[in-house]
Formats: sequence, structure tokens, C-alpha cells
Amino acid sequence: MEKEISPIIEFENLSFKYRAQKEPTLKDINLKIYPGEKILIAGQSGSGKSTLAHLLNALIPCSYAGDQSGSLRVSGQEPAGLGVFGMSKIVGTVLQDTDGQFIALTVGEDIAFALENDNVPQEEMFKKVNEVAGKLELTSFMENAPGELSGGQKQRVSLGGVMACDVKILLFDEPLANLDPATGKRTIALIDEIMHDEDMTVIIIEHRLEDVLYRDVDRIVLMDQGRIIADMTPDDMLSSDILVQNGIREPLYVSAMKAAGARVLADTHPQHIESMDIAPYKDTIRSWYHSIPFHEVKTSDESVLTVTDLEFCYDEKRKIIDKVSFDIKKGEIVSLVGKNGAGKSTLASLICGFYKPDNGTILLNGQDISPLSIKERGEKIGYVMQSPNQMISKPMIMEEVGLGLASRGVPEDEIRQRAEEILKICGLYPFRNWPVSALSFGQKKRVSIASILIMNPEILILDEPTAGQDYMHYTEIMEFLKDIREKLGITIIMITHDMHLMLEYTDRTLVLTDGKLIMDAAPSEVLTNSEICDRAYLKRTSLYDLALKCDIDEPGEFAARFIDFERSASK
Amino acid sequence: MSRLISYEKKNTPVHKLSGFTKLVFFIVWCMASALTFDTRILLTMLVMGLIIYKISDVKWKQVSTIFAAVMFFMVINLTCIFFFAPYQGTVIYGTKTEIAHLFGNYSLTQEQLFYEFNVFIKYFTVIPAVFIFLTTTDPSELASSLNGIGVPYSIAYSLEIALRYIPDVQDEFRRIKNAQEARGIEMSNKGRLIDRIKNVAIIIFPLLFSTMERIDVVSNAMELRGFGKKKTRSWYSRKPLRTADYAVIVFIILFFVATMVITYADGSRYFNPFV
Repeated sequence: MEKEISPIIEFENLSFKYRAQKEPTLKDINLKIYPGEKILIAGQSGSGKSTLAHLLNALIPCSYAGDQSGSLRVSGQEPAGLGVFGMSKIVGTVLQDTDGQFIALTVGEDIAFALENDNVPQEEMFKKVNEVAGKLELTSFMENAPGELSGGQKQRVSLGGVMACDVKILLFDEPLANLDPATGKRTIALIDEIMHDEDMTVIIIEHRLEDVLYRDVDRIVLMDQGRIIADMTPDDMLSSDILVQNGIREPLYVSAMKAAGARVLADTHPQHIESMDIAPYKDTIRSWYHSIPFHEVKTSDESVLTVTDLEFCYDEKRKIIDKVSFDIKKGEIVSLVGKNGAGKSTLASLICGFYKPDNGTILLNGQDISPLSIKERGEKIGYVMQSPNQMISKPMIMEEVGLGLASRGVPEDEIRQRAEEILKICGLYPFRNWPVSALSFGQKKRVSIASILIMNPEILILDEPTAGQDYMHYTEIMEFLKDIREKLGITIIMITHDMHLMLEYTDRTLVLTDGKLIMDAAPSEVLTNSEICDRAYLKRTSLYDLALKCDIDEPGEFAARFIDFERSASK
Repeated sequence: MSRLISYEKKNTPVHKLSGFTKLVFFIVWCMASALTFDTRILLTMLVMGLIIYKISDVKWKQVSTIFAAVMFFMVINLTCIFFFAPYQGTVIYGTKTEIAHLFGNYSLTQEQLFYEFNVFIKYFTVIPAVFIFLTTTDPSELASSLNGIGVPYSIAYSLEIALRYIPDVQDEFRRIKNAQEARGIEMSNKGRLIDRIKNVAIIIFPLLFSTMERIDVVSNAMELRGFGKKKTRSWYSRKPLRTADYAVIVFIILFFVATMVITYADGSRYFNPFV
């Protein structure tokens, strides 16, 4: 970095405490960001990274009050002095929730939103909007409503909305959280292109490190408990152990290299697997691979759920589910993947009985479940929605967990006894008399799962169980699910976008594309199959590239053995 | 999932008019209909309304549910008029031509029938206008039009936001309902009414919480993009007024003046065929 250029963002000894909190959320922050840099800010939930972002766009102190000491200058100005509106012309913020950020009724109008608020004349507005839409390849969608767009398109609209103001800095708050892996990858590429074409400075807050590193990042700033604990180049950071120590997931190929006993060095450029110099590690990795026993596939023979030639369409035009057949064995954990709109949720809804199939059969333990009502199926197949807030309807934990039994007329004593039992299994027993509102997000998630488990279902279907969770909470939820599978012998089906989850926690993967089941295999096979990954908008695992670079012929087997190794290490 | 009386993009002369023009037309039209009881004018308006309805290509299924509801209330209304004021017509028209005696104090008179007929077609001058206005006006253009006639933009924009989120909230409601039904909360007609009312609360609370979360995000997103900082705002979707718009506005004003002149020429709001 040429030091004669003055930083565009400069934090100096900055501390901040929210009014409602005792402890400061940010402590003694010193950070300089120079024009044209791309900075990744990583850290667990509660590390202060969102607070840092709020300071940059002046939501602090304008919307969230508190005590601040030290100074912050953005483009030579103090955000607090300019206010949210003033800052919106310097820093463009793209939020995590692309649906929430889509304010207007059409793409064109949404891109124009900030211009409208700034009273820009209509002529000028049309010109600017068309220019921005052209850069983002949105020109043919200008009249579309948010419901008619894919997740990636919505994200581009959000980006267009802030670019219309000619901002100098783009601030992304977890841009990948709601996207399928392939779209996430494209978003990262797009951000990279835009920042170079428009000479912008980019700050990305994200814990999906590997996905962000798909394109060059200048520095990674690692935060923990309100402090910056590391500020270094990706190469330096990946060759240290600081990420893992602070609860951030390393790129998978780096974990695999470290597992193999290789000492990753910064001068081999571990930032991208494609361009990394693998030569110094090749022998270590190969001999480690050969020392691990073959990946064994354990399956039970007992089918729980057998789906045959299932078909469904909303209207005559397009089949949402098209001749889908599969067979799930007792006690399996299965992932259901595919891009947004591929039919994953519809398939789950058909199994739960929310929709009636047009054709095909669903057998539970060999018996046709088509005559069963939603309520009756609910006793055998539990469905857990993405956010616990969508499910929790009672103020007290005991009441919430007992609701399913109460509505079935089970006597109160028995409800109490079964609720206590299930709360013990779910690790919630100490909180049994608490109000739900006092729980953390992860605990609420467990309450929503417990309130389904109490009905003793044979199958549990979870919609995106870990969406928007950092690594620590992700691990907490997934270990919990693994645990209940072992304790209750339950079969679990998960709808997910998370390739790590699929690889690490599931036995089998069903891949849906345009309503068709295009692959039904072990996750390590799916994620090393380039053709399937492309078709289903998945992202091929970097373990594949690592294996090939090490001249290992069976990348699928390599991935599987690494996961086996990880699992046995965690035990 | 069909959405009731929602805007649908089409390419008819009515769709092409600016939202401002349609709003002015709609307001003046309703004023004319409210003020006059002249049967000739009401019939003319009825015919005109149906012609415009035809031109604007409104699909029956977009409006049929609402139409049925309006019909229901109209029948109640007409019946109530008869029972509470069976001789309103004779008071208005000054004559009493009895057709038949019904019971007690109630007789059916030509004057009363004619009066209620007027009320009936009055409805029918306004109903198509409402349908046409709502189905041919883009909500964001409507918001800009409201702002154009002096409604504060924060209120006009709230209306747009509401229309923007109605489909999302509907979807969310359906998802929550399904999940709660799977937990055994009976929503279908099978349950007892009192239980069903109680059970609605079980959906409403999660819906409320997830909506609150969303409101927080939306209001932050709006603020981050400068909403509400200036006294006025411009509108991307405002259509400039064209010749056709001016023509329509001039027409509706002249039409309104004409209806008033004809209505009040003889000093009464009512057209009287009985003298």
C-alpha cells in the first residue's frame, strides 16, 4: 500500500457502547482502509462487526444511540455529522435480506428509490437508472416485480440501488447468506468487476470466508469480542491458525492440508486453491490420503420413506415436481439441494401433505400416506420452518413444547412428563420455566425442534436449519441434530444451500433441478461432479481441486476420507 | 393464487392515461354520481361506465369476488331502505301510486320502486369506476398521483409499501398455517368455531413477529437510501400528462358541470317522471 495516499476510512481509538448495554460493543478500534481496497471483515456473531458497519453508514448514532469515544472519518468527514442521509451518498450499504431491501414495486423503481428521495428530476433519473441497470445486466427486467426475480437478481437490484448514488464505498452485510452457492460465487465475481470498473472501495462482512475468497481480497480484518485481533493479508491469515481459534471456518482445502499435517506457508499463496503452489505439500497430502482407511458406506435396509414417480404442478404450464422417485432408509440424514425455485420446498410440502400430488405415491414404512390429513401426517413427519419466529406461538417454553400434544387432547400430566423428557434431550431442561423471549436464536431454534420432536415423529424435515448462522451456532445446531438422531433413531431430511453442511453432516444428497431429481448419491460424490454442480447451481468443493492438484485420481474418495477423518477427530 | 383487484399491466387507452388523470376522473365521477339523483344522468353514466369497463379490458375473475360482496350489501341496503322508509319515494316525488298493499303499514308504491331503482343504478355507476381505477392504475403511479394532488408523500408511499408487501404477507401466512396445522392445530371447517378462533391466534402471533422483523429491515433500508430527509421527492413512475390526459380532464370537468346544471335546473336533485 502506498502510504502517501490518505485512507478513505480511518478509525482511531474508537470505542462504542449501546445505550442499553453495560459493556462496550467496540473497544479501541484502529483501522485504516485505503481507496480501492477490498476488505473482508470476519468474526462470530456478537464480535462487533455489524456495529462497525452501522458506524460507517451512520445508523449509529442516528438510529441506535450510545456512547462513542475516539474518532472515525470516512472520506474526510465524520459520519455522525452527515447523518444517515448524508452518508448514503458516500457509503452504499447492501443488506443481507435482499427481499427487505427491495422497497419499490419494480426493478426500475427500486434502483431509482434513492434518487427519488433526493428529488432528482425524472429525466435524469431515467438516464441514471438505465446506466446502472446496463452495468448490472438488469435491463430486460426493469418492469419486473420482486416476486418474479431470483435471489441473485434481487441482489443485483440492491447493488444497483446504491450504485445509483455514485457512492465511493460499497458496504456488504453478509451478502451471501440467502444465496445458493453458485449465485454467491457469481455475486462475488460481480462485486469484484464493479469495484474495478467504478474505482470503488469495498467492505464485505461475511463469515463464509471461502466463498468471498473466490476473488482477491486485500486484507482480512478479524474481530472478536469488540476488538480487532488480526488485520492481515489472506495468505498470511490462512497460513496461521488464528481463524480456527476464533471460531471462523477456514476454506476446506486449507483445513484438509492442515489435517494432513502440512504447514501452510504464506508464500505459496493459499488464498485461491486454483493458483496456489501445491508442490511443497503434495507428498504429505498424498501419503496422508493413503494412510486413511477406505470410506465405508453404512446403510440400513429398512426403508422409511419411499417416493415413487411423484408429480405436481400449480397450473398446466410447468411441472414443479416431475417424476421424482427416491427411497430413504431409517436413521439416515439426507440433504435436499438445488437452486432457489428448483422444487425443494414443494417436495417437502408434498411429503407433509400441504399440497396434494397430481401423480405418484408416498409410502411411509411401506404404507400409502395419501389418505392421511396434514394433522395426521404431522404425527409421523415433523416439519421445522427456517426461522423459529415463524413457529413459536406461545409465550412460555413448556406451553410451546406441549402445544402439539395439547391440541391432540393428551392429558396434562402426560404432556408435562413428555415435555420434560424432550427438553432434557434437547438440552433445554434448565430453561423449562423461562419465557421464550429470553432465549437466544439458537435456543429458540431448539425449542421449535423440541416442539416437533415431542410428537415422536419418525421423520424430521428441516428447512434451511442453519441459514444466517455463524460457524459456532451452525456447529451447535448440527451437533444437536446429530445427537437427537443417535438418541431417538429419527430420520432427518434437510433442505439446504450450505455445501459444508451437506458434506459434513449428511449421508446422502438428493439434487433437484427444475423439478427433476438429477442425482441421488453421497455428498462427496455430488460435490466432486462438475456437471451436476453446474446444473444444480452447487459449488464444487475445493477438496476436489486439491485432490486433482495432488494427482489423486479419486477426488470423491479423497473428500469422503477427509470428512471421515474430521468426524473421528471431533469425537 | 389469484390476487383480488390488483393492478395488471396491459396496453389499453385507459392504462396509458396517467394515474393523476385517472384519480381526478375517479373523484369527479364519484362526486357527480353522489350529487345527482337525475335518472337520465345516472343511466348515461351507467352506459359510459360499462363502455370504459369494456375498453379497459378488466377480467371478470379479477373482480368477481368483490362484486359478489358489493351485491350482497346492496341487497341488504335496498331492503333496509324499504323497511325503514317505505314511503321515501312518495315524499320525494310528491305523488303516491300504490301497486299493492303488503302488510301492516307497508304498501308497495311506484314512487318507492323508482326511488330504489335510482339508488340501485347509482351503485352501478360507481362500481365499474372503482374496478377500472384499481385494476388499471399502477400502485406506484397511484402513490405519485396522490402526492401530486397534495397528499404528503410519506402517506402516499405507505400505501405503495402496503401494496408491495400484501403478497409476501399472504405467502408467509400460508406457510405458517401449514406448519401449525402439521402440529395438529385444526384450521379446517371440521373444528368448532370457538376453537378455530383460538387457533387463529396461534398463526397470528408468529406472523406478527416475523412481520415485525421485516418492518425493522425495511425501515432501515429506506432510511439508508434517504427516505424522508427532504420535504419533497420526485417519482420515477410518474407519467407526464399528455394530450389525451388533458382531454380527459377537460371532459370530466365539463361533464360534471353539465350534470349539475341538468340536475338542478328545476331546483330538485330528483328527476320526476310522476308529474
